[in-house]
Amino acid sequence: MSFPWAEEYKPKHPFMRWLDDRLPLPRMVYNATGKGYPVPRNLNHFWNFGVLAGLALVLQIVTGIVLAMHYNSNADTAFASVEHIMRDVNGGWFLRYLHANGASFFFVVVYVHIFRGLYYGSYKAPREMVWMLGLVIFLLMMATAFMGYVLPWGQMSFWASKVITGLFGAIPVVGEPIQNWLLGGFAPDQATLTRFFSLHYLLPFVIAGVVILHIWALHIHGSGNPTGVDVKSPQDTVPFHPYYTAKDGFGVFLALLLLAVLVFFLPNYLGHPDNYIPANPLSTPAHIVPEWYFWPFYAILRAFTFDFILPAKLWGVLAMFGSILLLFFLPWLDKSPVRSGSYRPKFRMFFWILILDVLVLGWCGGMPAEEPYVMISQLATIYYFAHFLIILPVLSWVEKTLPLPNSISESVLHGEAAEAAPLGAAPAKA
Amino acid sequence: MAAVDKSEQAEPAAEGGIRRRDFLNIGAAAAGGVGAVAFLFPLINQMNPSADVLALAQIDVDVGPIQAGQAIKTMWRKQPIFIRNLTPAEQAAANAVDTGSLRDPQTLDERTKEGHRNWLITLGVCTHLGCVPLGAAEGEPKGEFGGYFCPCHGSHYDTAARIRKGPAPRNLEVPEYEFISDTSVRIG
Repeated sequence: MSFPWAEEYKPKHPFMRWLDDRLPLPRMVYNATGKGYPVPRNLNHFWNFGVLAGLALVLQIVTGIVLAMHYNSNADTAFASVEHIMRDVNGGWFLRYLHANGASFFFVVVYVHIFRGLYYGSYKAPREMVWMLGLVIFLLMMATAFMGYVLPWGQMSFWASKVITGLFGAIPVVGEPIQNWLLGGFAPDQATLTRFFSLHYLLPFVIAGVVILHIWALHIHGSGNPTGVDVKSPQDTVPFHPYYTAKDGFGVFLALLLLAVLVFFLPNYLGHPDNYIPANPLSTPAHIVPEWYFWPFYAILRAFTFDFILPAKLWGVLAMFGSILLLFFLPWLDKSPVRSGSYRPKFRMFFWILILDVLVLGWCGGMPAEEPYVMISQLATIYYFAHFLIILPVLSWVEKTLPLPNSISESVLHGEAAEAAPLGAAPAKA
Repeated sequence: MAAVDKSEQAEPAAEGGIRRRDFLNIGAAAAGGVGAVAFLFPLINQMNPSADVLALAQIDVDVGPIQAGQAIKTMWRKQPIFIRNLTPAEQAAANAVDTGSLRDPQTLDERTKEGHRNWLITLGVCTHLGCVPLGAAEGEPKGEFGGYFCPCHGSHYDTAARIRKGPAPRNLEVPEYEFISDTSVRIG
């Protein structure tokens, strides 16, 4: 959708008019990212992260396609083919480091994107579908990243595939057949590697498809904004181009700078040295951890150490998947009519505690499964679920929110005498 | 929106109506464009032969066992190489040809090394469309000129592997090589 004051696409060149009549692709672009798409004028830099996530997806697909030209999904030669990429292929080290760190980059920006949504209530009506499609993308990303991590067939690859498929083994009765079905055997081997490679190549395109739905759903009601107040008049918006193409361009510039620092100066900082040891089914690394972006979930998985009606292993798996599935219900758990955390002082406090809680979970997830980390993970896991299942629903009843601005433009000009003053005139003395 | 428009108009236009913002726009787009093109380089270059492929670009061959009139096929850069020990009769036949009449004029001496005139070393790749010509192995047809014959499109090469008849444009290519002893050749 667009607001009624959106500029209409009026091609001037006869060829563009001819094309518009047959394939209105330029019209679609104009109405999605051009002058034909009015966007709230008060978006801050946290609104860059959707575009950054899209950029990360494109980067991963492009580098992934060229890496697949050299990678060999054979259990005997996969590890060597990755070393071949690093040593022999022209610029192979750059492409592989870009792809490996690109995955981390993707998760960094997606996590910021998700927490942006949590803070500003982006999941609330009428944008529930945007939120849920985003969660679907997140789940697909996790599956893709996990399978990509298996492909180098190093020690961490091998044991990650064993442990993660082992999660499905926790399901009562059918667990073990499912695990064997996923692996194509009783332990990760050739069949596992080949299917993971196939799916690792497929899933990014599925993600791209869901991204299209995500953006489609977003454009129905347009972007939210830091006040959470709906757009009411043309004064509240600016056209996407040039205002947000420029702002996103600046964000892309900074983000690529950070990615370049990782790729060129710290290419293995986020990786694990054990993955430079070829897979060995007879020896488990002493301390096995997933990639950093899974650490919070890994901590939740390991937090369940005692049987309670169900076996501890099953509880861990249920809680881990539950911690994400829970977010699908968030639009109905948080019933507060005020979207933005900026006008919800209590919510804001709990939001920052949640951030801290997830960071603690992440820290525990990267640590060995021993005390005190297990106990800290247990407390942090309890808090994580309490935040969504107890604190948010209760807050939406009891919280006294701050008065909302009447409109976006009022909030933008609020107290800014200089900006409110007529152009060229001296601001009124307070 | 209205306020923003006003501020743009208020920006003083320098000579020729060029604003500071125009310069910034062009600068930013140009820097982004250069970056994007620079990023294309590794994406394209990765398809060039890799270091391990280039490392196979030199081989040593022992030609001692090859009798006069015999030839062997070997591999160099994953392509066939013909190494042929020419008989005196074959050398004489090659030298008897008027090079002016050839499509790709070369003498046998230009295609062999001083002191090793009987050794004809060529790529076994037809210069027409890349098939492997016949004639190196025992019993294969050698074509009308006693050298090599490409069955794909009927190119005939003589005993100096020069194109004599058929669609191929050039003689069979002579790779860079040197004799490191009387019976050992380093190709590449």
